[in-house]
Amino acid sequence: MIFDIEFETMPREALESIQLRRLQATLERAYATVPFYRKQFEKAGLKPGDIRSLKDLHQVPFTTKQDLRDNYPFGMFAVPMDNVVRIHASSGTTGQPTVVGYTARDVNTWATLMARSLSAGGATRGDIIHNAYGYGLFTGGLGVHYGAEKLGASVIPVSGGNTKRQIVIMRDFGPTILTATPSYALHLAEVAEEMGVSFRDLKFKYGIFGAEPWSEKMRDEIERKLGLVAVDIYGLSEVIGPGVAIECHEAKKGLHIFEDHFIPEIIDPATGDVLPYGQTGELVFTSVTKEAFPVIRYRTRDISALHAEPCICGRTLVRMDKVSGRTDDMLIIRGVNVFPSQIESVLMEMEGVSPHYQLVVDREGNLDTLTVRVEVDEHVFSDEVKRLQDLERRISKNIKEYLGVSAKVKLVEPKAIARSEGKAIRVIDNRKL
Amino acid sequence: MWVKQISVFLENKSGRIAEVTKTLSEAGVNIRALAMADTADFGVLRLIVDNTLKAEEALKANGFTVGKTDVVAAEVEDRPGGLHRILTLLHEGHINVEYMYAFVQQSGDNAVMIFRFDQIEKAVALLRQNGVTVIDDDRINQL
Repeated sequence: MIFDIEFETMPREALESIQLRRLQATLERAYATVPFYRKQFEKAGLKPGDIRSLKDLHQVPFTTKQDLRDNYPFGMFAVPMDNVVRIHASSGTTGQPTVVGYTARDVNTWATLMARSLSAGGATRGDIIHNAYGYGLFTGGLGVHYGAEKLGASVIPVSGGNTKRQIVIMRDFGPTILTATPSYALHLAEVAEEMGVSFRDLKFKYGIFGAEPWSEKMRDEIERKLGLVAVDIYGLSEVIGPGVAIECHEAKKGLHIFEDHFIPEIIDPATGDVLPYGQTGELVFTSVTKEAFPVIRYRTRDISALHAEPCICGRTLVRMDKVSGRTDDMLIIRGVNVFPSQIESVLMEMEGVSPHYQLVVDREGNLDTLTVRVEVDEHVFSDEVKRLQDLERRISKNIKEYLGVSAKVKLVEPKAIARSEGKAIRVIDNRKL
Repeated sequence: MWVKQISVFLENKSGRIAEVTKTLSEAGVNIRALAMADTADFGVLRLIVDNTLKAEEALKANGFTVGKTDVVAAEVEDRPGGLHRILTLLHEGHINVEYMYAFVQQSGDNAVMIFRFDQIEKAVALLRQNGVTVIDDDRINQL
């Protein structure tokens, strides 16, 4: 069901005229109230009034995570604290947390976007939503919660953790929609199995999963183990939280971006150039309705592509690919941008190949060389050397076809790839540049 | 009818084979035959042991990638032309030998060779029709 039929199915022309009007108002306000944005405009020799078309937005400088950190905690707020009714913060695993604020109107906007998202993911007002996203500074829990109430569904604010109790609640309350991170969804399935509870006997129909990257393979596994239709939701606290984009359960092919509130762009992360629809690069968002915390050309570091083809669900909003990785990990090898996640996709698509891999980059003479180390597990192991060599050749060929970069593939023993705190070290760059 | 062989994936690094023999020795497993196939980067160690299950468990517990394959142990007359006769039979029967290696113990007066075939049932039938003794898993442990 489409929650906001007017905005979600609006003809492109009408949508773009709303976007431009809202963008201009946002730029004016950010320029007037946030010193950082004023400086950005001044550096570029621009005034908000110079932005007369959506294309003109390309001239405005980017905003980065570092800029948000430099203005910790409230330096990016565009309204006085009197008007801020909510504060959230990102976890800050890679440094200082980033802090975001919401006015009452922002909270309402967000709730509407989440109601749209839940609806696209299959929820209706008759559903019971088991919300296992964490409640707190993290935007996941409260984001879903407000959206569920806006939609009129019944929400169980179970939050994360205490998994056994969650299984009991699922069994006794009979929720029909599950919202959680995809990894926690699989954990729920494991614990349920240990407790002798079968997901097949529960009432779930749809699951809306996000807040971390997950593959199509993981979707298959979740759908199989939990017996529900799984859709991907995208968002980040800097932009608003969950509810920036959502897959519709009808197509499950790309996430519809709520463009009446956010203008998406895909850029080449190395040059900053805007890329056309269909090309893969870094996602950039500009918010056009947010009051307390507007973001202008915010570089998400998430890798995706945009597609404008119409969707079977009827929404006219562009779709973004499932996020396939982060630009932080990007390597440039002989001029080609390579993301470890792209190598991972190649490996995952090959039957039985272990997802444990490592990229080793060296420079021999003036040439970069890429070696992909792949752990050999029982699924691909053979007592015949020629089969293993054939596997190396096939992986190498697929990498060349998919990424356009030559790689030497080296099979290694299980656990040969160093793991730091349980996380594999994916890249070793030995180049002295 | 045929013999279980275990194979282990090894990187070409010093001390890796010793790590396998150490694991098997600590598990009280006796190695009856072995052969190594290697490339520049990795190797595959193939072993016939007295207790396949125990060897497999011990190796896996120590983090090795282990495979199990059916191979054929055949008696080969211990005289010039003994092996040649068998290989000729197989060639004429259009059966490929993927690889082969010698078993340490003799069976009576005969040598024992381990063969890995692509068509194992056809190979065994052919050998038997031509009077070659094929040794099964139980008996190989008594050699």
